Amino acid sequence: MQNGFQQKTSVSLGNLYAYAQEISDDHMRDKIVQNLYKKSQQLCESSVIHKNKKNDKRTEKLDAIFTSPIFGFPIMIIMLGIVFYLTIAGANIPSSMLATFFGWLENHLTAFFMYMNSPDWLHGILVLGLYRGTTWVISVMLPPMAIFFPTFALLENYGYLPRVAFNMDRIFKSVGAHGKQSLTMAMGFGCNAAAMLSSRIIESPRERMLAILTNNFVPCNGRWGTLIVLASLFMAAGYTGGLKSLVTTSVIVGIVMVGVIVTFIVSWVLSKTALKGVPTHYTLELPPYRRPKFFDTVIRSSLTKSLSVLSRAIKVAAPAAILTWVIANIYVGDTSILMYIVNFLDPFGKMLGLDGFILMAFLIGLPANEIVLPILLMGYLSTGSLTEVDNLVDLKQIFVEHGWTWLTALNMMLFSLLHFPCGTTLVNIYKETKSKKWTFLAFLIPTVIAITVTFTIAQTVYFLR
Amino acid sequence: MDEAKVIKLYDAKIGSFIRITSIDLEGVMRRRLLDLGFVRGAVVEVIRRSPLGDPMAFRVSQTTIALRKEESQRIEGELV
Amino acid sequence: MKNSYTVALAGNPNTGKSTLFNALTGLKQHTGNWAGKTVSLAEGKVEHKGKTVRIIDLPGTYSLFSNSTDEEVARNYIVFEKPDVTLVVLDATSLERNFNLALQVLEMTTNVIICINLIDEADKQGISINEKALTRKLGVPVIKISARNKTGFTLLLDTIDRIHTGKIVCTPEIIFYDEEIERKIRQIEPLVREYLEDSISSRWVALRLLDGDDSLFQQMEKRLLVKGG
Ligand SMILES: Nc1nc2c(ncn2[C@@H]2O[C@H](COP(=O)(O)OP(=O)(O)OP(=O)(O)O)[C@@H](O)[C@H]2O)c(=O)[nH]1
Ligand SMILES: [Mg+2]
Repeated sequence: MQNGFQQKTSVSLGNLYAYAQEISDDHMRDKIVQNLYKKSQQLCESSVIHKNKKNDKRTEKLDAIFTSPIFGFPIMIIMLGIVFYLTIAGANIPSSMLATFFGWLENHLTAFFMYMNSPDWLHGILVLGLYRGTTWVISVMLPPMAIFFPTFALLENYGYLPRVAFNMDRIFKSVGAHGKQSLTMAMGFGCNAAAMLSSRIIESPRERMLAILTNNFVPCNGRWGTLIVLASLFMAAGYTGGLKSLVTTSVIVGIVMVGVIVTFIVSWVLSKTALKGVPTHYTLELPPYRRPKFFDTVIRSSLTKSLSVLSRAIKVAAPAAILTWVIANIYVGDTSILMYIVNFLDPFGKMLGLDGFILMAFLIGLPANEIVLPILLMGYLSTGSLTEVDNLVDLKQIFVEHGWTWLTALNMMLFSLLHFPCGTTLVNIYKETKSKKWTFLAFLIPTVIAITVTFTIAQTVYFLR
Repeated sequence: MDEAKVIKLYDAKIGSFIRITSIDLEGVMRRRLLDLGFVRGAVVEVIRRSPLGDPMAFRVSQTTIALRKEESQRIEGELV
Repeated sequence: MKNSYTVALAGNPNTGKSTLFNALTGLKQHTGNWAGKTVSLAEGKVEHKGKTVRIIDLPGTYSLFSNSTDEEVARNYIVFEKPDVTLVVLDATSLERNFNLALQVLEMTTNVIICINLIDEADKQGISINEKALTRKLGVPVIKISARNKTGFTLLLDTIDRIHTGKIVCTPEIIFYDEEIERKIRQIEPLVREYLEDSISSRWVALRLLDGDDSLFQQMEKRLLVKGG
């Protein structure tokens, strides 16, 4: 097999290949491509007429602004801010309307169960567990998504994303990563699990792995519900109306910035240690700006995403909600299983400025980040009298009754930003890397960082008090 | 000015046109550049630098492609 | 004649393949104005002339000599899955670069339609394209469309159907290289033909052997072994 090509009868692909390489020379590929390009040019010269000399003035002008040394970076942050502001301000009213509607429906459901004389446990599982958990996810998550996705899709179809990658590349290079990581991060705002697939555009395996391992530090839509609710309850508490949305937006943009900085730091550390190497292979195409087809884009992105959220809510939130209700209502001795878990996690949670309920919610929320907050609420509600949660003020009341301060809120936001990726993302990481080791690291690295950061902040605050 | 001057793409001024004479890169990157139209004899226009100075954007075979310093320093051509 | 057949959408990144796919199939593939939006296969169906046309949206690729995972997905599909018709979607505003891939596809397989998309943009920029001349030069149908405005679709679908039914016979123009390369092709091609028979263009394989696309041959070996036993 090794002696090159000999006889026709023993032809194999390996032999053929070796033989071809023998008669080929170093830059055969160059010559072939040169020939192809010559042919393309001939085709264009003979069949294509350019009437104008200079074609795309608009793209040039816009690029002069969007990638300008002075305005380039501020515009990026402002764009991010605008998208979040629209999302937060716009989702406010539909969210509370949905919550009111679901609350109203719940009363009727409860009345119906009473009328049917159904046992308490059945009402508990179906209404207080399943129904509440699911409708919570829908009313908190759906409106922001229905606004964010179309807005983002318009920006994406217009052609802004490659400019972000162009502006940011220098920073990615200095931490040893690939400039196209900005593109996979942008996809992460939508869904980290989908962003794992989009990392395929990064040619070099090392940099692709960096993009995969750090993508989680971009908060996906499943986590925004949590971030937005906590930011508006605790950080923007003193404000009202438009100003409140503005403050909430600033907090969220700040949180995203923290995520970006952590991404840089982790990329840098990994490039110096486990994923040693120098940046390679970078080419980025900057397409001309194109006006998207407004209606199509909006409908497609809001509808498909909304549907997928709804189905996910039912697939994941429903069983998780039932599980939570069940463990909260099965007693061993005079303590429920839920309280055993909570009490077990509580000391550790307190060290991080959180509590046992919060950690439990993150653990049960592993399959999907959307359900973390609903699970947490169900946990809290199962301990006290079952108050109705019709609006955010009641919500804050529940948190405060359980000893929350702004520190708890801040650390929960940070923990949500930095903690382990959701189950779907982990599955995708395994599919893309085909490596148990890297999948485990993708779980471990964020978890360690989340614990370290929240621990440090909590201990500092405790010390200063 | 009749003498064609050979310079690196990286050193070229914004707005200048350069005809590629050599590419000193191997493997995947070389092939990718070829496919994008960075072939010997192709004319490249230097469009702009990113806000932090690197990468640079070039116009080649009717599209705009950004390259990092590492690559644009290894592509040479003569000013046209 | 089968009652259903496959059409693959190949082309450079960001030329509007997914937009065309959505317009044809009514499915909601995500689009974006950047190279690399689609990274895996998507399949949809459209009924035309009483037949089911399976449409496959592929990731964009700059060349059949793939350099990244998304490009490999596209390359493997075009080369090994053998769609009944391969539609190469080109960007009318940067044809020079786009023809590079189109020519490579024409070298590899016969039933090809060259679909020049974004014709609305080209019109705006004062670019006029003579598709008849291109059809003559390339030996396969060349059709101008705008996936965004849904123009040119009827002709496109009809042409796909006529290729499938054999009413149009594609005879892709052979691209001749420098004499040095041609000589080497002549040395290798007969051996390739013996080994691979007619399953795949021997000239194209000979060229890939010469430029050393080893990832392609790894795939080939894997797939041929599966076939053989
Ligand atoms: N003006 C105009 N824009 C178009 C047309 N077709 C597509 N576009 C736009 O071109 C951009 C790219 O479209 P996609 O369909 O995502 O391109 P693709 O070929 O699937 O790209 P990849 O998946 O990255 O390979 C989008 O912003 C579309 O809105 C068209 O016919 N005219
Ligand atoms: Mg696509």
